[in-house]
Amino acid sequence: MIITKSKPFEEIQAMTEPFSKIFIVGCGTCSTSCQTGGEPQVEEMAEKLGSKVIGTAMVEEPCDRRIDRKDLKPHKENLDKADAVLVMSCGVGVQTVGDFTGKIVLPASDTLFIGETERIGKFYDRCSACGECILHETGGICPISRCAKSILNGPCGGQVKGMCEVGDYEFDCAWVQIFDRLKEQDRLDLFMKFRPPRDHRKKVLTKQHIF
Amino acid sequence: MGSKRPAFSNLMKEIEKGKFVLTGELEPEKVTGLEEILTSARAMKPYVVAANVTDNPLAMAYMNSLVPSYVVQREVGLETVYQMVVRDRNRLALVSDVLAASYLGIKNILAISGDHTVLGDNKGANSVYDLDSAQFVYLLHKMIDEGTDLEGLEIHGDVNINVGIAGNPNANPLEPEILKIGRKAPLGTDFIQTQTVFDIDITKEFLKETEKYNCPVLIGIFPLKSYGIADFFDKYIPGVSVPKDLLASMKKCKEEPDKERRKELYDEVNIEFFSPFIKEIRKTTKAAGIHVMAVLYERILDPLLKETL
Repeated sequence: MIITKSKPFEEIQAMTEPFSKIFIVGCGTCSTSCQTGGEPQVEEMAEKLGSKVIGTAMVEEPCDRRIDRKDLKPHKENLDKADAVLVMSCGVGVQTVGDFTGKIVLPASDTLFIGETERIGKFYDRCSACGECILHETGGICPISRCAKSILNGPCGGQVKGMCEVGDYEFDCAWVQIFDRLKEQDRLDLFMKFRPPRDHRKKVLTKQHIF
Repeated sequence: MGSKRPAFSNLMKEIEKGKFVLTGELEPEKVTGLEEILTSARAMKPYVVAANVTDNPLAMAYMNSLVPSYVVQREVGLETVYQMVVRDRNRLALVSDVLAASYLGIKNILAISGDHTVLGDNKGANSVYDLDSAQFVYLLHKMIDEGTDLEGLEIHGDVNINVGIAGNPNANPLEPEILKIGRKAPLGTDFIQTQTVFDIDITKEFLKETEKYNCPVLIGIFPLKSYGIADFFDKYIPGVSVPKDLLASMKKCKEEPDKERRKELYDEVNIEFFSPFIKEIRKTTKAAGIHVMAVLYERILDPLLKETL
């Protein structure tokens, strides 16, 4: 899931200030789960922004143009009148709504990461979409997203009692976790494996995926 | 030895002769002059075979370490260990700096990760980590032993440099740290210098565990110039804690009002603590030597090392 965090209202207020007619789009998928762009949040936002809001819509997946087309169709009149669209979703949703409507789009959230959900309000960064998955070698724990240095041959010297120097030792050292997991699975040979430098082209040149 | 390459540096030559070696440490700071570094280098020259020159330690933006590494060799005649962190350079910049170091006659590089930028003095900076320290050792192997960069592109001229890595005997848990060294050593490591240790048992365990990798180890010690430094070290250096008794003795010295007497007291505490520590390492372990991080505290070297060695 794409994990988002609502921007502070003051920031949204400043962003919407130049516009007199705002349309709000919510997200029925990830941002509903994150409670950053579900129905209750869209309603609350409309109330807070007051009379300048000329309409709202929930889109099941605003990151999918096909679903934008379907879910925004009944709102065409209001959307056309709007000076700007406040999109309460991840950055992908914001861009897709912008591409689809051609309107000025405003992000209501900051997109944090592709995350694992423990429960609502407990989300963990688990994937950086690096384009070169090695989870089969690292005990199912991703060093790219979970190690502060994203190193492939850890741990570095910055772990203390299995905690990372980055963030005042409040976060687990991913490489100690990888070690523990592989040891438990009796696969320390994988821990000992030297991983050569990454080919960053796999990420840089992957700006689209078309088949 | 860890790698099969020749000893290019005096440091490695001395180690290969079986001598118990000492290395020192120099720290260029946010300065545009090198007077202080050169004074320190001159002061430590009689005692050490080489001096490490730190590279933006604790992610502080200081003077580039290559320039003082070169100037100390040229002006003082003291060999240097050019420390290079992978935090601040991608693989292109690493190659560039190694080529430049080679031209300047640098004979040792310590390949290290570097503390994360969030710990430093420009906390919002991006950390590079295009390569990690193991991959940098691999790059150095390619450059030194095969004469190419990572892409296999030929380097015109030789890179005659010995490669060191860091080890942390204080690591807890220790096993992944040891295995990491075991992963890195065969890539082309000539020597290991350790993070500061204060505990002899921890030191011995680390040496015992790393013996199988056949890589000479220099144990890091950090004589404490003042209580302030001891306290800072205890609080802010990842994974290092100053023993409570030592910290208490240092605190007691701090109370001495006479500046000169206070200095003497600090020196006495350090000698009392580190002298038996060094002797024990030298006599009872296979450590190749000691890396003395007495930054701006060179006056301790004579009384400490004379008595010990």
